[in-house]
Amino acid sequence: MTLLLTVGIAALIVALAIWTIVARDTMAAVIGFATFGLILTLAWVRLFGVDIALTEAAIGGGLTGALLIGAAAHLRKTEIAAHADRVGMSTRICAALLSASVTVVLVFCVLALPDPAPTLASQVAANIAVTEVGNPITAVLLAFRAMDTMLEAIVLVFALIGVWSLAPDNAWGGRPGLRHSADPNGILAYLARVLPPIGIIVGLYIFWVGADHPGGKFQGATIIAAMWLLVIMAGLADAPPISRKWLRIGLAGGPLAFIAVGAYGAFAAGAFLAYPVGFAKPLIIVIELALMPTLALVLALMLLGAPQRAIK
Amino acid sequence: MSARDIFSMAAIAAGAIFFLAGTVGLLRFPDTFTRLHALTKSDNLGLGLVVMGLLPQVDSVLAGLKLIAVWLIVLLGSAGTSQLIARAARKRDLDA
Repeated sequence: MTLLLTVGIAALIVALAIWTIVARDTMAAVIGFATFGLILTLAWVRLFGVDIALTEAAIGGGLTGALLIGAAAHLRKTEIAAHADRVGMSTRICAALLSASVTVVLVFCVLALPDPAPTLASQVAANIAVTEVGNPITAVLLAFRAMDTMLEAIVLVFALIGVWSLAPDNAWGGRPGLRHSADPNGILAYLARVLPPIGIIVGLYIFWVGADHPGGKFQGATIIAAMWLLVIMAGLADAPPISRKWLRIGLAGGPLAFIAVGAYGAFAAGAFLAYPVGFAKPLIIVIELALMPTLALVLALMLLGAPQRAIK
Repeated sequence: MSARDIFSMAAIAAGAIFFLAGTVGLLRFPDTFTRLHALTKSDNLGLGLVVMGLLPQVDSVLAGLKLIAVWLIVLLGSAGTSQLIARAARKRDLDA
């Protein structure tokens, strides 16, 4: 029975992947991709990777899906023209050969992996007690491999700066995207009033249980960002101009706090990002608390896009 | 097998039937509105039955409350989005 379920999920993933590539309509392909993310979530749950499943649902299915739907909506106008000029047969054959050879290489790599796979899980299990967190994923992300997480947070801020750099000169520092307006008595405005209190609590809960159970700042921040976007899309609040001081401080705050904790480790424990004995848990909480607003801001602002409206 | 397990199986199976019916409706019904009707009605009721079936299996009151919260949030979300989709479809029909 469980085998049937596993095979079913795997078949659905392959079918959706093919659909995403084959679909001619961009919007249909994007919806296929978002669904692909959701089914991938199920696959991670089947592999007992609940942390990854949560991230996949939030980022892979939700956020990336929303980003791509926005992109597809922008492409609507030019899509028919783009379909009209079909690429030549030789280009198609080259593309097919290239994809096929990448697939073959990947298949060989997967088959060549040693069995059992090399793992550091036993070392994590042996040393997790010193971090005082119960969830091994959190221990890896914020203690054993904290450097990776720090660079990841910095990369996200850089990515946002990249999005902003697409702004026209006169709109620099202004508000991103267009002003949304919706019927103030409509269902969207209603949802934007009712859902955020629930969503913020769920987001904070997922953030807080990350210490000992699946969850964490990333998944929590995505939910909070989604709530903010809902309020903006319902026209209840406008997106802030990107030159606002609180916004800049919020964006820089998380990575800066992370670097500060790292420097403190160099001073107090002998290595950058090392935690003094007994202080691991409080320092991890400091980093997570500082990163949470940064992540929520980055994720929401990335979806809102480059500034388009100059401040009057 | 205890009475509790039998209740769970019956409720979850009933829920699965609603999901199946909703999916058939989604595939077979002729336009957006009837498809939405099939999807939201059956999914809400189907998920409700699945949650009801899982309730006797939880080991703490908190876990049970979380299950019920999941159902309520899905109710709110699917009712809201189906209204939005229906409104967009109606606007498209009027424009066309």
